[in-house]
Amino acid sequence: MPPLGGVLLAAASDTTTPAPNPWFSWSYIVTHIGVLLDAGREHLFLTICSVLLAVIVALPLALLVRRYRRLEGPVLALGGVLYTIPSLALISILWPVFGLTPWTVIVALAMYAFLVVLRNAVVGLKGVPVDAVDAARGMGFGPVRRLWHVELPLALPTILAGIRIATVSTVGLVTIGALVGYGGYGSLIYSGFLQNFWHAQIMTATLACIVLAILLELVLQLVERLMTPWARSRRAAG
Amino acid sequence: MNLWQWFTDPANWTGPNGIPVRFWQQFYISAISMGIALAIALPLGIYLGHIRKFGFLAINVGNLGRAIPTFGVLVIFASWAPVGVGNTAAILALVIFALPPLLTNAYIGVRDVDEEIRGAANGMGMSGSQILWQVEIPNSVPLIAAGIRTATVQVVATASLAALVGGGGLGAYVVEGFAIQDITLLLAGAILTAVMALATEGVLAIAQKRSTPKGLRERDAMLEAVTQ
Repeated sequence: MPPLGGVLLAAASDTTTPAPNPWFSWSYIVTHIGVLLDAGREHLFLTICSVLLAVIVALPLALLVRRYRRLEGPVLALGGVLYTIPSLALISILWPVFGLTPWTVIVALAMYAFLVVLRNAVVGLKGVPVDAVDAARGMGFGPVRRLWHVELPLALPTILAGIRIATVSTVGLVTIGALVGYGGYGSLIYSGFLQNFWHAQIMTATLACIVLAILLELVLQLVERLMTPWARSRRAAG
Repeated sequence: MNLWQWFTDPANWTGPNGIPVRFWQQFYISAISMGIALAIALPLGIYLGHIRKFGFLAINVGNLGRAIPTFGVLVIFASWAPVGVGNTAAILALVIFALPPLLTNAYIGVRDVDEEIRGAANGMGMSGSQILWQVEIPNSVPLIAAGIRTATVQVVATASLAALVGGGGLGAYVVEGFAIQDITLLLAGAILTAVMALATEGVLAIAQKRSTPKGLRERDAMLEAVTQ
């Protein structure tokens, strides 16, 4: 028998539906902690793989664009087209290729994250002061050392910001992967919807997704700080 | 049936599940969502930028907005009895999706109007509202227009999700294609949603260029000439 308070509350709020269907339920979290953690692990895995794939493709392209300026227009336009295509459409197009595997979601979301990572890398490399490159050249740095010790470190804050923005957006988009069975918290949201509007599951999974996005945002902000200590000291000095 | 046959089949161009109707539904869902989002975000963002206060709020709402999964919000509205499944849930979710970037861009656009221009207007004896309407808003049009363009394209693309919660739009082909495992239908839906998003981007790119006030266009052309 349920506690009297619960019965009174349910009776007061709604007399037509017999079964209570609360949006926030502590007991849901307690009884489904295993499912929630598994979904979180899958969500994190899909997010990291997608962003990593986008970075692996975008960074070399950004370097290529820096070397051959004529490529900048076409490459950014391609990124723009991929970014504009709805993620639902990307997943659908890839489904016949990869089937019901995580790859369908990972490749689709990597295409989406690609533009943000690429654009920031291109802008970051372009923003490197000419004086700094000239000074390095005057010190006898070859092109590889110039890139590795001068240009990349100076472009790093912008590049990392792109990766952070792409990561946070990807966390939200992973949910659509529920269509092919790999959606992390999205799978819980969708199954909650199909199981007679199970409010507790839908709300908990949505909030968990937001929490994951915020956590990743904070972690990546910290990484940005740790990897660019000179930016902090300059900020403090200025 | 292959894709070519699907697109040339007259049956797919008529009736409640025909391409024109589905296209119109997607357009309607996107247009209403953007209308509501603009009506809230622009006045608020422009006002906050004008008084140059609550910047922390305007910018962080934009950052937080990215973290909210639109699919989750969509399902929450669809399973909430007062809204229910269908297009209304999609419209509400899309308004929440479009608000943050619009608000942030409007705020930053107005706040970052050149201090010298503002000072000049002040020196000419313009009142606060004159400065807002004749100086700050025209000068912030390029940034606000860029924000509207990005948000609209994203809303049109995301409106395809409406079909997942019983709404209409071009996403209906995708959802049906998944349900009956029909790859032709799935790809047709994917192509249609992609084409609609890309067409929106193309049209708005032109509109954005046209919307820049003449004075700003001349100034930018002059700056370009000077720096070259």
